[in-house]
Amino acid sequence: MEKNSVLEMRHISKTFPGVKALQDVDFTLEKGEIHALMGENGAGKSTLIKVLTGVEEFETGEIRIDGIDHPIVNNSPQDAQNRGISTVYQEINLCPNLTVAENLFIGREPRKGGLIDWKAMNKRSAELLKELEIEADVTKTIDNYSIAIQQMIAIARAVDMSAKVLILDEPTSSLDDSEVEKLFVLMRRLKGEGVGIVFVTHFLEQVYAVCDKITVLRNGQLVGQFTTQELPRVQLVAKMMGKDFDDLAAIKDQSAAQKTYSEEDIVIKAVGLGKKGTVKPFDLVIHKGEVVGFTGLLGSGRSETVRVLYGADKPDHGTLQVKGEHLVARSPLMSMNRGMAYLPEDRKNEGIIADLSVRENMILALQAKRGMFRLLSRKQQEEYTDKYIEMLQIKTASRETPIKSLSGGNQQKVIIGRWLLTNPDFLILDEPTRGIDVGTKTEIQKLVVKLAKEGMAVVFISSEIEEMLRSCDRMVVMRDSMKVGELSGEEMNQTTIMSTIAGGQ
Amino acid sequence: MKAINIKKITSQRLFLPIFCLALVLLVNIITTPNFFQISVRDGVLYGYMVDIINRASELVILAIGMTLVVSASAGTDISVGAIMAVSAAVCCNILTGGERAATELAAPLIIGLLAALAVGVLIGCFNGFLVAKLNIQPMVATLIMFTAGRGIAQLITDGQITYVRVDKYKLLGSSLPGIPVPTPFIVAMIVVVVTSLVLKKTALGLYIQSVGINKRASRLVGIKSVQIMFLTYAICGLCSGLAGLIASSRIYSADANNIGLNMELDAILAVAIGGNSLGGGKFSIAGSVIGAYTIQALTTTLYAMHVSSDQVPVYKAIVVVIIVALQSPGLAKFRKSLAQKREQNAKLGKGAA
Repeated sequence: MEKNSVLEMRHISKTFPGVKALQDVDFTLEKGEIHALMGENGAGKSTLIKVLTGVEEFETGEIRIDGIDHPIVNNSPQDAQNRGISTVYQEINLCPNLTVAENLFIGREPRKGGLIDWKAMNKRSAELLKELEIEADVTKTIDNYSIAIQQMIAIARAVDMSAKVLILDEPTSSLDDSEVEKLFVLMRRLKGEGVGIVFVTHFLEQVYAVCDKITVLRNGQLVGQFTTQELPRVQLVAKMMGKDFDDLAAIKDQSAAQKTYSEEDIVIKAVGLGKKGTVKPFDLVIHKGEVVGFTGLLGSGRSETVRVLYGADKPDHGTLQVKGEHLVARSPLMSMNRGMAYLPEDRKNEGIIADLSVRENMILALQAKRGMFRLLSRKQQEEYTDKYIEMLQIKTASRETPIKSLSGGNQQKVIIGRWLLTNPDFLILDEPTRGIDVGTKTEIQKLVVKLAKEGMAVVFISSEIEEMLRSCDRMVVMRDSMKVGELSGEEMNQTTIMSTIAGGQ
Repeated sequence: MKAINIKKITSQRLFLPIFCLALVLLVNIITTPNFFQISVRDGVLYGYMVDIINRASELVILAIGMTLVVSASAGTDISVGAIMAVSAAVCCNILTGGERAATELAAPLIIGLLAALAVGVLIGCFNGFLVAKLNIQPMVATLIMFTAGRGIAQLITDGQITYVRVDKYKLLGSSLPGIPVPTPFIVAMIVVVVTSLVLKKTALGLYIQSVGINKRASRLVGIKSVQIMFLTYAICGLCSGLAGLIASSRIYSADANNIGLNMELDAILAVAIGGNSLGGGKFSIAGSVIGAYTIQALTTTLYAMHVSSDQVPVYKAIVVVIIVALQSPGLAKFRKSLAQKREQNAKLGKGAA
């Protein structure tokens, strides 16, 4: 063990049926550093972390941790925690109906005479939060607080239990910029106290904002470990993808930016459409072959607006016309029958059917559209599935693999394939690129532009404005559940968008 | 080569349920040597094995309905036994014309049968409405009929056992002239075949699993989750109605207190023994059917060993615990690690040689 390191993983290998998830991977974490673990989907980031925290077993190699003079094998996350390795996941593992203090001390409550010592618990919780400069009332239940605060409370809990290695797995994916900044302050504090932090993220800016070192994995192999200063962004992306980075700016056909539309090109026309409490009434027209982006801060009503358009949530006032005919969707099926398709933001809870195979997930929407009694023949199902696996380059062991065992990006591609299979006129993609790697993001953006060129109307939502600037013809700006502007042509640049989001002054 | 084949067989989804059934049957080779003897008397098959396939019929039918309910709603319908009693009461009451005993049919047999099935569906729809539309916990929702069902059956039959002493009515529960196989078995097989065909030829199976795994996602891809869930309860009601008719025909009467008593538990158990998750989602009808036969095989085996009927549940419980434990994920993990160790040892042994 090197003098300064808190964690060393050497020659780690792990095989899943048909896939070498990790091959001879090394990873070193020093005391008081923030270390980014980077790689595309399926590069082995999650597997490495699972191996480290005892969620998965590894086949060869050894793990050493500061303070224990022999290699360790963690058999469970508890094991790892006892040895000083804590993880905070993207999905927050807190109990929403318990108080902040209860969440902080759950399973290790301070006791007095066999009973829980509430006073001590609340006091210690308050001290802990104060120390980390987290502003929260420890006696209130967790669900009173924003995701960001919850995330920080989860971190506080992890740090309080064991302060050697802290793994943050995509902690920022549902935070807005100011919340991310708060999280960074907390991370830097912990770093100052000597905690080694492993930071997994897809946001390049964040890596450069906060990390000291970067370890890059690709296809289960170690590409290398670098200090952040000596690795420019382009290089990092190149290393992650293993090929020269596509010039993303070139995706959009510049000449197409000045499209003109006639009355017949209108696919969607909403007048005063809205839903009490979630979306204030808005007007919107979307044409054939057009990509419309929705932007705004988290919670500005982007997702809620498209849900109302699709009929996932029923609008309670206003009218919606699809290709010139009125539509009052009582169920998503009615919208689908009129040529709509909707990829929801929450892939895990609203997108995938986890236990079903790639094939079943893929054909599900088309099958639902055909109706129960017109079952697609097995041969047809397989043909369709194979076609989209090839077209979208989905990495899966076979078409009968349960979708839950695919990586996030590939799951997303299956869901996209599911909707393309229904041959929609109007495709809504709500955060299709969230939590997936740079390469796949580019592919999805290209696909969006291509589909629009073929005449599909597309709504594209992303929290990365750059991504939308590259692929959208027009952008709808949302603020506080209200549509506050539409930008197109020259106006579509970061500055104008930012000022529109921020509002006037 | 041979080892690979064994591995292939044991990794099949239905391997464990079939293995357990075989195990239960094999015990009889030692304890009851004549267990597998089948004889023909008056053109009808007799023997312990025939008894098993005959007696298991109601359970097989119930297990099929229960499988669908479990898959779609991740909950159980605990009213199936009570529905059996109601369906039997309705049928017998119609056939006797409201009398408590009859030697002649007061109404055409078919009307009694259809009415009983309709009542089964109706109660199933009621359960489905509570679970799918009002989002009530399945166990709580079906608890209503579980408790009220037998009361309704008592009301219909004025609290007395209603006898239909007509040969035609006994056919469903015994055997048809000229056919050596018991009628209940034939009916059960028809239900199995029809269900399998429906699941194979329509997208119903896919929809049910999809709704069971992720209701919200299913709705967004255009599946009417509420309707599908409702439908499974209606089908379960229909199955219960049919099972009630068979049970009633066996004793050519409607005994509100005893028909289908505790059957809901056996039906749920059959689903579980068949390797289906009670958490909903993926299901196997074949598994549940095997599960149902396993339970009946166990009961018959115990009777053949002259265990008194009061003590049967104790032994049954012990065996069931073993079967369920055999299939549990915990044990599967243990088996896997054991196999890995053996493989490693074999490798080491080879290296040493």
